[in-house]
Amino acid sequence: MALLEVKNLQTSFFTNAGEVRAVNGVSFNLDRGKVLGIVGESGSGKSVTAYSIMQILAPTGKIVDGSIKFDGQELVGSGENVMKNIRGNRISIIFQDPMTSLNPTYTIGHQLMEAILLHTNRNKKQAYERAVEMLRLVNVNEPVKRMKQYPYEFSGGMRQRVVIAMALACEPDILIADEPTTALDVTIQAQILDLMSSLQKELGMAIILITHDLGVVAQMCDEVIVMYAGSICEQGTTDEIFYRPAHEYTKGLMRSIPTANTAGKKLHPITGTPIDLLNMPKGCPFAPRCERAMKICLNQRAERYDLEGPHQAACWMNLKNAVESGVTRIEPLKDNTKEV
Amino acid sequence: MDKNISDRPLLEVKHLKQYFDINISLFKSKPLKAVDDVSFDIKKTETLGLVGESGCGKTTVGRTILHLYKPTAGEIIYNGKPIVSASDIAGFRKKAAMVFQDPYSSLNPRMTVSDIIGEPLDVHKLYSKKEERRDRILELMDHVGLNSEHASRYAHEFSGGQRQRIGIARALAVNPEFIVCDEPVSALDVSIQAQVINMFDELQDKLGLTYLFIAHNLLVVRHISDRIAVMYLGKIVELADAAEIYDHPLHPYSKALMSAVPQPDPQIARANKRIVLSGDIPSPLNAPSGCAFRTRCPYATAQCAQELPELKEASPGHLVACHRVSEIN
Repeated sequence: MALLEVKNLQTSFFTNAGEVRAVNGVSFNLDRGKVLGIVGESGSGKSVTAYSIMQILAPTGKIVDGSIKFDGQELVGSGENVMKNIRGNRISIIFQDPMTSLNPTYTIGHQLMEAILLHTNRNKKQAYERAVEMLRLVNVNEPVKRMKQYPYEFSGGMRQRVVIAMALACEPDILIADEPTTALDVTIQAQILDLMSSLQKELGMAIILITHDLGVVAQMCDEVIVMYAGSICEQGTTDEIFYRPAHEYTKGLMRSIPTANTAGKKLHPITGTPIDLLNMPKGCPFAPRCERAMKICLNQRAERYDLEGPHQAACWMNLKNAVESGVTRIEPLKDNTKEV
Repeated sequence: MDKNISDRPLLEVKHLKQYFDINISLFKSKPLKAVDDVSFDIKKTETLGLVGESGCGKTTVGRTILHLYKPTAGEIIYNGKPIVSASDIAGFRKKAAMVFQDPYSSLNPRMTVSDIIGEPLDVHKLYSKKEERRDRILELMDHVGLNSEHASRYAHEFSGGQRQRIGIARALAVNPEFIVCDEPVSALDVSIQAQVINMFDELQDKLGLTYLFIAHNLLVVRHISDRIAVMYLGKIVELADAAEIYDHPLHPYSKALMSAVPQPDPQIARANKRIVLSGDIPSPLNAPSGCAFRTRCPYATAQCAQELPELKEASPGHLVACHRVSEIN
C-alpha cells in the first residue's frame, strides 16, 4: 500500500466571479522514501494540491470531491482534530519564502521548540536539546547561540535551513516542499537541495517537491507529475518524462528551456497565454495553445493512458491507445495556433 | 543584424563606483559600496550579460549607467562622449531605455496601455500631431506582438508575459540604441519566458539594439548573451565570451556558480559534480579585505586577504580577477 493515495481530488475556490476549479480530478500515489516532483506553471494547481493534502486552504477554498488516504487513513472530511495531529508531525510543509513562514517576534529557539512540545511528550529541556540537535543537522553554525536569535538576524539561506529543521523535528513521513529554493540564489539553492537530499536519505522520508524549475526536478526527483490547468497531463519516472515526454504540453516545456545548445538559436516557445481558470475550454485545457491540436481535442478531454514504462499521459496524440479506447476518428485541425 | 560589430564600443564604463550612505546609528553613517570600481564596454549590437547573486550590485550598475543614480565616481562614455552634464543625460536618455523585472509594479495601473507606451513620446516631445503619436504607439505595439485593440485597456487586464511586452514597447518608444534589461524574464513562467526571450532576439536583429542583460538565471543569460560578466560584492570577478565563461570558468566563484545551475537533464544532473560553497555572501557593509570572495573560496591564501586582485587578461578577451588563477586552473 502506498503511503499516500490521492484519488480524483477536486478543490475549488468559490469567488465572487464564480467557482474556480483549481484542482480538477488529480490522482497519484506516493511510496515511502520516494521523491515526487510536481511541475507546472503558475495557476496549474500544484500548490493547491499540496494545501489540500494538508487542509490549509484559504477560507474560500474547499475540497469538493475525492479522497486522500494517508497510511490507510482517510483525510478528507476527517476533521480538524485529526489534521492537527498529522500536520507538522507526520506530514510537514515548507514554503517558498522563509521570511514569511517564520514569526518575526519570537526567537528561532522558541519556534523550533513549539512543534516539538506540541507533538511529542518531551519536556522543555528535552525539546531544547532536540531543537539544538536539529539546527546542527541542517548545518547551522553555533546552534546554541542561534537559538536565542530572531529571524531578521538570519540570511535567506539560513532561514530556509531553520524552516527545514522545524519541519523535520518530528521526523515526518512526508515532507511537502513548495518551491523551497525559488527565493534563493543559485549557490544557496545548491546548498539547500544538497541538504534536502542527504536528509531524505538519512531519515527515509518521502518528499513532494513542488517547483517550476525543471532543472531542480531533474536533479532531485524519482517521479514527476506535470500539471496544467488543475489536472495531471503526464506522470512517470523522471527519465521517462525528460527523455520520452508524451504530452504536447510537456514536450513544449522541454523545448522552451534555454540550454547551452540553444545559444544563438531561436527558442521554441509554447504560443498563447496561460489559461483562464474561470473560463475553461470544453476539451483538453491545453488545446488552445497546442501546435498539434485536433478537432477531438477541442471537444473531448483525453483520459490518462498507460504508456510503456511507468508512464501515463492524457493526450490524444498517443493515438494507438486512444483508438483502443473506442475513439475512431481523429481529424487534424487547421490553424488554431494563432498567438494571442 | 549588422554583424560587422564595430570595434569602437557603444558604451564604455570606466571605474564606476556607486556608494550609498547607510545610517548605522543616529549620527553615524557608513558607505555601502554597491558598485566598486567596475569597468567594461559594450559594442554596438552586442548583448552583454551581467550575472551574480542578489546584492552583488548588478541592478545598481544598470541603473547608474542610465543615471537613475548619480555615480559616486567613474566615467560613463556613450559613443565616445562622456556623459556629465544634465543636457548630456537628457540626450543620452533618448538613446537608452530600461526594461524592468516586475511587470506588475512597473506599469501604472491607472494608465491605459496606449498612455503607458506614449508617455516617453510625451516626455521627449517626439511627435508633432496627435495622429503621429497614435500611429507610433500602434507601431510599437505591433513590434512586441500586441493587437491594436489592446491599446485602450489597463495593465491589470493582461497576463505577466503580455505586461512584459507592454514594458518593452514603452522602452522602445524613444527609438533607443541601447537597452538595460533588468531581470526581464525572471517573473515569467517557462513557456512565456521563451516567447519574450525570442522577442528580445528579434528586436535586436530588426532594430540593431545593444543590450545590457542583467539576470540571475544563467541558462537564460548563456542563451542570449555574446559576452558575460560575473559580479560578486560590487566587483566584476570575470568577463569573457558567453561560451568560454560557461564552459571554462576560471574564477573560483564563477566555477561554483556555473556548476550550481540545475541542469534540466536527469543524466547530466546526476553526473554533475557540484561545487557547493560554504557560507553566505558577506554584507557589502562589511566586505572582507583583499579579495571579497576569499571568505568562501576553497583556494584562499594569506595574500588574498591582503591584496585586492586586479581584473587581468588570462587569455585574449578573457578577464579574471584572482591571485591564484594560474595555479588552480
